[in-house]
Amino acid sequence: MADQLDVPLLTAWLGRAAAAIEAQQGHLSDLDAAIGDGDHGANLARGFKAVMAKLGTPADPAALFRTVGMTLIGTVGGASGPLYGTLFVEMAKAAAGRATLDAAGWHGVLAAGVAGVVARGKAAPGDKTMIDALTPAVAALEGAASLPEALARAATAARAGAEATAPLVARKGRASYLGERAIGHVDPGATSSAMLLAALAEAAG
Amino acid sequence: MKKFINAPENVVAEALAGMAAAHPGLIRVHTDPDFITRADAPVRGKVALVSGGGSGHEPMHGGFVGRGMLDAACPGAVFTSPTPDQMLAATRAVDGGAGVLHIVKNYTGDVLNFEMAADLAKEEGLDVAAVVIDDDVAVQDSLYTAGRRGVGATILAEKICGGAAEAGADLATVAALCREVNGAARSMGVALSPCTVPHAGKPSFTLGEGEMEYGIGIHGEPGRKRIPIEPADRVAEMLMEPILADLPFRQGDKVLLFVNGLGGTPLVELYILYRKAEEIARSHGLTVARSLVGPYMTSLEMAGTSITLLRLTDDMIRHWDAPVVTPALRWGA
Repeated sequence: MADQLDVPLLTAWLGRAAAAIEAQQGHLSDLDAAIGDGDHGANLARGFKAVMAKLGTPADPAALFRTVGMTLIGTVGGASGPLYGTLFVEMAKAAAGRATLDAAGWHGVLAAGVAGVVARGKAAPGDKTMIDALTPAVAALEGAASLPEALARAATAARAGAEATAPLVARKGRASYLGERAIGHVDPGATSSAMLLAALAEAAG
Repeated sequence: MKKFINAPENVVAEALAGMAAAHPGLIRVHTDPDFITRADAPVRGKVALVSGGGSGHEPMHGGFVGRGMLDAACPGAVFTSPTPDQMLAATRAVDGGAGVLHIVKNYTGDVLNFEMAADLAKEEGLDVAAVVIDDDVAVQDSLYTAGRRGVGATILAEKICGGAAEAGADLATVAALCREVNGAARSMGVALSPCTVPHAGKPSFTLGEGEMEYGIGIHGEPGRKRIPIEPADRVAEMLMEPILADLPFRQGDKVLLFVNGLGGTPLVELYILYRKAEEIARSHGLTVARSLVGPYMTSLEMAGTSITLLRLTDDMIRHWDAPVVTPALRWGA
């Protein structure tokens, strides 16, 4: 049970996330094939594999987030490359100068990252995007008693947010071309966002 | 999946190596990051044109790199936008001091990645303008979608703007011409069969023997609706109707009629469609002054077609007719 996020723990998180995405690659691509073009799993798997190869031993959480962000921007492609890349690059800015992050610190950092994603992708909650998993996760981090509890709540909120995208009509990205045909399908970006936050809760739990 | 590939993860790299080997006099292929430039880039004093997008649409965009068209193309993974580092490296490599125009198809990934690349290039002091192409009438444009997709007009804009840049037009003029071409072009597509992305290994959707997907996107995105297959003449009508209804064409307008193959449809069928589309254009009082027929913007092995109609100005005709020397388009040189 960790009460602070530090470089070793964040590195363990990324390892778990990369493994989960690799294992769930086919599932993510199937979700994408239903309402997009079927490459979300392969693209993210390629990106996180590159992240693990490049990560090394960063000096602090900010350096770690920056490496993750720049690597994802350079390797993922599609819309998810710049969006996940922006998430981590903005998290790096918010984490600057801190060796560790407690629950409140992580809340601020994740909130800054998600604000960056909103600014880049111009999506609002309910548009059937990764924002539908990330926004409730940020809200769930508020006021938790401990870090593991905060991360578990955020993971649960992200999962619920992702599942709640199923009845929505997409308003951003390729799925928006489908109109009502997107109804009934869970958004792949919201699903991968929920997977990332689940991996973090596991790493810290 | 039956394909002439060695391994799904090597498709783009091996195809680029093949292009480099096949066209050494026309293009240079750069790796890590991947981009293609014309062999004599940068051309001093000329506005440079950079485009890019997912692979799987060949010859777009790499096949249109060369004198009179693109200065560089950035290929992404199959059906996946390229990344900002590719676009930035390509922009630097072709900048001849007169600025660089990014021609971007309106897909969320392409737009976001090109925006990031343009931000980075501007931070380095490069003069970059961008035009987003969105000519696909299959998508209803509204606040609630990502907007119309960029399809056939992209190739017409690349050729016409390439001609203008070669003739010495400045960046603002070339960008304005690109927007003018986009504004005067409309496209609509239909598919008879799906395609299989190599790393996915299975078709991106399924269509029954007697069905077609009307309003198909070039990544296999489903279109407006799935309907029973019709004879070629009726298909040509179904594609031309929404195009003609969307753009205020007038009697006597000169147009360019582009019948595109999506990869799996033979040229003989494209000409059957062209014959009817041309007849429809004439019956609306339009003069088909220029034409293009062939698989220029493909969707892997998808059987299907798209029609693009561009209302021409004399300026556009002049730049369309100007010499072009690329792997996929060559005339006048």
